[in-house]
Formats: sequence, structure tokens, C-alpha cells
Amino acid sequence: MGVQRFPVESTHIMMFARAVRDPNPIYADANYAANTEVGGVIAPPTFVQASAHFDLDYPLRPPVNGPWWGSGRDATGVADRAATGGLHAEQHYEYHRPLLAGDVLTATVHDGKTWQKEGRRGGTLNFAEQITEYRALDGELVVTARGVSVMTGKVVEQEG
Amino acid sequence: MALSASTLQIGESRAEVIVDDLTRTQLVMYAGASGDYNPLHTDDKYTTEIAGYPSVFAHGMLTMGISARVITDWVGDGRITKYGVRFSRQVWPGDTLTTTVTVESIEGLETAAPVALFTVSTRNQHGEEVISGYAAARLDL
Repeated sequence: MGVQRFPVESTHIMMFARAVRDPNPIYADANYAANTEVGGVIAPPTFVQASAHFDLDYPLRPPVNGPWWGSGRDATGVADRAATGGLHAEQHYEYHRPLLAGDVLTATVHDGKTWQKEGRRGGTLNFAEQITEYRALDGELVVTARGVSVMTGKVVEQEG
Repeated sequence: MALSASTLQIGESRAEVIVDDLTRTQLVMYAGASGDYNPLHTDDKYTTEIAGYPSVFAHGMLTMGISARVITDWVGDGRITKYGVRFSRQVWPGDTLTTTVTVESIEGLETAAPVALFTVSTRNQHGEEVISGYAAARLDL
């Protein structure tokens, strides 16, 4: 799950900012950004999520070789695919400094707490926390992320 | 550009429609930019026939990402120090979302580096909360 090398590039930031509907020129215009307090193009607050592109084992990306569970000829490319019900429950970030285009980060992941809760519709909900530290190549901690996922046996429509 | 602690009031808030009629294409854009290609967000055939949902739905991180603009437009670029949310309800194509950011407290007023704490809430067109959370930002004096 870790990432050895996450180059934070201005074109990727521009595309990510479009994807989150943010027209702020600080994410797209290097000339504008050069004359601001931060001094250059920065990444939007949730950008480190895009480190998934640099996680070689990321499971939510179709493999170049091998089956994918999305639809093609059939509704799923994997036989006996069951609904997993795994959903993102919480996401938290701490920013130790602005993340700049040109930074190169590493990401190390470790598991946090786990707990259970009775859901309103989904049976027992199993929560698991994962902490990711994004560091510059000199070791400086830039962003700390804490995600919480929830797994349930059933399809959940509106659980918290 | 950045916010000044001397002008910010506790309880002051900003609300903005961050997306009107969310499109499936926006979900595709987010999948491509973020790298999260889970078919639940882009593949209606898989999502309805195999996973059993009524349609594709937004990545929680898309809602969190779109909501962030209301914070960063207010506090200024590079000033945010914390941002966290709980995903309480799914967001569907066609939804219209409004984010409200409210000043909860201002800390460190006696120091050179005051920090504002905000609550963050995004609701859909039915008034239902889809994410709730908080943010913090460094202020000018």
C-alpha cells in the first residue's frame, strides 16, 4: 500500500483541480502562483489521494494483464463477484506545510484502530483506520492522512 | 489574500452551491485524476447488476474534494492546516450540493500565529447531510 515515489506534478494538479471543480489559478497557473504567498503552484487539500496512481499494487485500478471486475462483455469481468460493501467512512488530513508542484513524496501506511458498530440497516459494521504519512525525500513530514473504511456484508445505502 | 484574525467573527459562515446537477462525467474525471477506478463510481452496468445499487455514486473523496473550495477560497491559498470529514450519505448523479463552512473558534489570538477552527457541512438538495467535518487554518493577525 505504500508509495516509494509520488512526484507531485503541475499537470496532474491541474487535472485534479478540474476533477474537484476548483478554478483557483493557484492550481493551474505558474505565473500567477509565483507572485503569491506560497510562491508556486500548490496541490488542493485532497490531492494526496491521487498517490494511488503511484501505488504499484493499488487494487482499484484495472491491471494491464488480467481480469477486472468492472463490466465489459458481461456485467462483471470476474466470475462469482459478490458485492463487498466496503465504503469510505471518514477521511482526515493534517497539512504540515503546503504541498508544492515539484515536490516528490513517499507514502508509508500503517494500520490504526479497528472497531464495530451496529448499523441501522447493514448488520454489524466493521471499521478500520489506516494512517498514511507523506514525506518529502529529505524526510520532512508534509501531510498526514487518516482514513476510516467500513465493511459490511450487505449493500448499504445510507449508513454513516 | 489570507484571512485576518481581527476581522473574523465566531459564528460567521459561508455557504456555496459547489455542484448543481452532478454528472457522471464528473465522476469519470475524478476517477481519472485520483486513480480510484472502482466501477461503483463509473460503471452503471456493474453497479446496478452486480453490486445492487440504483446507479453509480460519487467517490466520497470527490465530495470532500469539491467541498474544500469553500474553505480554501475563504482562508487563502496554503493556509489550511487540517481538514477532516465523515461520509454520512451517498451522493448520486443529479444531486445538487451546498457546502457551509462556519467559524467555530479562533485560537492563539495572543500569539503571532492565530488559527481558526471551522465546521464543514455539505448537504444535498433534500437538505440531507452528505459529509460533516472540520477544518483549521492559519490566520494573519
